[in-house]
Amino acid sequence: MAYYEADVLVIGGGLAGAWAAVGAAREGARVILADKGYFGTSGVTAAAGPGHWWVPPAQREEAIAKRAEAGEGLADPRWMARIIDKTWDTLPTLADYYSFPQNDKGLTVYRSLRGPEYLRAMRKLAEDLGVQILDQSPALELLLHGDDSVAGARGVHRQRNESWAVRAGAVVLATGGCAFLSPLLGANNNTGDGYLMAAEAGAELSGMEFSAYYTVSPVYSSMTRSMSYAFARYFDASGRELSVPMGPPATAVLARAMLAGPVFCSLDRMPEHVRVRLPQISPNFLLPFVRKGIDPFTQRFEVKLRGEGTVRGVGGLRIADDDCQTTVSGLYAAGDAATRELIAGAISGGGNQNSAWALSSGLWSGRAAARRARESGIRADRSVEAIGAAGLRPAHGDEHIDTDEVIRSVQNEMLPYDKNIFRSAPVLQNSLQVLDQLWLEVRDSGRNDSDNNPSKTVRQRETAALVATGRWCYSAALARQETRGMHRRTDAPQRDEAFTHRILTGGLDKVWTRADASTPQQSPEEIAA
Amino acid sequence: MIALIFSDRCTQCTRCVDICPTNVFDAVPDQPPAIARQNDCETCFMCELYCQADAIYVEPEIERAVPVDAQQVLDAGLLGQFRRDSGWDEWSADPQYSNQHWRMDEVFTLARAMPRPVVEEETTP
Repeated sequence: MAYYEADVLVIGGGLAGAWAAVGAAREGARVILADKGYFGTSGVTAAAGPGHWWVPPAQREEAIAKRAEAGEGLADPRWMARIIDKTWDTLPTLADYYSFPQNDKGLTVYRSLRGPEYLRAMRKLAEDLGVQILDQSPALELLLHGDDSVAGARGVHRQRNESWAVRAGAVVLATGGCAFLSPLLGANNNTGDGYLMAAEAGAELSGMEFSAYYTVSPVYSSMTRSMSYAFARYFDASGRELSVPMGPPATAVLARAMLAGPVFCSLDRMPEHVRVRLPQISPNFLLPFVRKGIDPFTQRFEVKLRGEGTVRGVGGLRIADDDCQTTVSGLYAAGDAATRELIAGAISGGGNQNSAWALSSGLWSGRAAARRARESGIRADRSVEAIGAAGLRPAHGDEHIDTDEVIRSVQNEMLPYDKNIFRSAPVLQNSLQVLDQLWLEVRDSGRNDSDNNPSKTVRQRETAALVATGRWCYSAALARQETRGMHRRTDAPQRDEAFTHRILTGGLDKVWTRADASTPQQSPEEIAA
Repeated sequence: MIALIFSDRCTQCTRCVDICPTNVFDAVPDQPPAIARQNDCETCFMCELYCQADAIYVEPEIERAVPVDAQQVLDAGLLGQFRRDSGWDEWSADPQYSNQHWRMDEVFTLARAMPRPVVEEETTP
């Protein structure tokens, strides 16, 4: 067992984890960042290229009001203002690490950064600030003090078959959202591990019903880069063009068409001057086409909708204070691991808002974790409890579970358009029955074998997290008996003002939901005004 | 999915082993890395980007491994395409491959401003 001590442990090395590590280190903390894969390539940002919500001061009031209305009453203008402000102040400080270009007018463009270069820059910055990076080191479980505050985490260095333990004064979960291995580009590590670890410590989740966002990709590919599809035309198998609106309403239209038969896409509306620049705007986008001998600008290719779960969905760990602390003492959440209802409400924050959130929540949680650690100390002399259970310390049995089979079963409930995009009580109840049964399976079997077979142990734990996440998503979806934002109930197709509140969920063997009384009470008219 | 490591190009630097987010490679002494867990590949192409020897080829199909003809990949000039288009390493000084990602917003704006194709609406509700 490798043993470490740090003031702050950051779990996850995507965009949010990177900023959390930087925030904590700038506050003077000794920081360890552990990533399941590699800090620089892991996560959905590294494989993509985010814009950021970038609003000049004079336009902020209007932008926030517009976005609050779009969030259908569940977003909080105060939090929106906070992340706009934080993002505006922070991105230019990265200039020594990322080569911000000038546009055709000679102005420096800060808002859009290309994924691989952005995360490479963040890694370098973190290294220069003294952050100790543990790559290929998935976390498996949290450690708790006797007073239920967080004491660190335990995991495996999966390339050297060795367990690790980090004792820390505070922990930031930046483990990403969960896209149920849909496959969504860059999301294979994002299996809801952070939700499960936190829930075992008693943390609450919020907004998990907002997990029905889907993105188009070629049928054979995980390339879910979306920009080019702004020019897309879609056709059914007979060659008839489909009437597909721009923006979020496109999902339901495309999903209905795909339930009826294959759907084909053409990017022929993309102007020539954009086509020629595309390899330098999004260098990975064309790779799947070129390598299959498809010209997407002249040929039609079949497309699918890839589930984003809580990635470009909204839900995640409930945020209990302005420092992004969860409802567990000393445990913070940043980026897609946290709920983004605060800034996006009932609709996707998309790349811009979610990146601004990852940056801001990362910096806030990192700084707060550093301050907390300074106050509480690491308390490394105290005995602590490792609290991981399902998939790690089974209640019965010691056989490995067939994780492939369980994952396929979870996907069969969480990804089909007729179950997740078009929701209804009977279908959600059926899915929950299946998921509850799967939970018993992952809870009661499996084997803790992390020193001999770390990949298998990690997979068991990921499988448990996928099942748990599915149960939280659909339990919240069942509780929200209305249609709002990306949550569409065919048996309740209208918005119902009685549900203008956030829905909390949590629990392991018994999943619970309840209304969040702290949701800002504002009518849409007030928000718009 | 990850398909090929060209052993005649591979310098055995094991950078791909280090940076693969889903840990598909195993380092092998005195040999190129082995593709040990192909099914774990998420087809993110990151290994190609980090391979300065342009020795790696990722086939775009995500659901299943398909046979790849190494000679065809070579002949088509596909090796190193992603790294070159990204302007990394020796390409960083070439303005042809400079990072144009900042244009994303103007591309979206352009798309939104274009007239939508007129499509006959379905008659069924």
